[in-house]
Amino acid sequence: MARVIVDVMLKPEILDAQGQAIARALPRLGFSGVSSVRQGKRFEVEIEGPADEAALDEVRKMAETLLANTVIEDFTVTVADE
Amino acid sequence: MSAARVGVVTFPGTLDDQDAARAVRHAGGEAVPLWHADPDLKGVDAVFLPGGFSYGDYLRCGAISRFAPLMEELIPAARAGLPVLGTCNGFQILCEAHLLPGALMRNAGLHYICRDQGIRVENTATPWTSDFTEGQEIVLPIKHGEGRYVADEATLAALEANGQVVFRYAGGNPNGSLNDIAGIRNEAGNVVGLMPHPEHAVEDLTGAPSTDGRGFFTSILKKLVNT
Repeated sequence: MARVIVDVMLKPEILDAQGQAIARALPRLGFSGVSSVRQGKRFEVEIEGPADEAALDEVRKMAETLLANTVIEDFTVTVADE
Repeated sequence: MSAARVGVVTFPGTLDDQDAARAVRHAGGEAVPLWHADPDLKGVDAVFLPGGFSYGDYLRCGAISRFAPLMEELIPAARAGLPVLGTCNGFQILCEAHLLPGALMRNAGLHYICRDQGIRVENTATPWTSDFTEGQEIVLPIKHGEGRYVADEATLAALEANGQVVFRYAGGNPNGSLNDIAGIRNEAGNVVGLMPHPEHAVEDLTGAPSTDGRGFFTSILKKLVNT
């Protein structure tokens, strides 16, 4: 068993209206010094075998096919620390 | 001659399928219900992908619907020339399925918008818009939270150069879409997607802002009868 993390973020050139709204809310709550916020998604994928290169390739395929829309989003795949 | 048959797809969470079917019948066509889990297009002559919140908009709008068994039939058929119209969630599904380029994102103002909207028809070289005239301004209802059309610069330039921008918002852009885009078509022209709702604007009685939606249905039925 291993846990693989897929982080999905909007591409830098895509306007993140939700992230901007969060960034605007922070000063009202007393948090200062924040210049920007980008909002993304994190997927925790439990796989049955070890997180070897073949398994990670499979997760990358999942990310490309379903988890991310690569027209507007980038993703990274990492193995979670035990 | 028997009436042209227009399939209307229902996913779990689809809302506008009944209005779409009614609009098809209103224009003189036969509306054929298509079920997302049934990989059978039932020999229809065209397909309408209606709006709603298919699969609860989970993950991204249209991201799950795009892999429904029916879509496995519809995607190759659309690539082979079957006329397909997607409105609102249907437009989102067409983009997720890569039948149309680009993507639809959360409205720039973050609010869900429900209002009557001016729309300019920019391209009439599609089976869904031939009854309009280029530059014609129509009024249709819009109701969406994720209608901001985005695409990379090269895609956007190609859409503009090829006349693939079919509809633009007129009198103000409600959602921040690039180039005021309200709807686009594929290169061949048989697949069209737009955020506004023609199926809600075919009858005076229901209080729609106009009956401008009729043109979509008369266009496709003429096309199907004449070919």
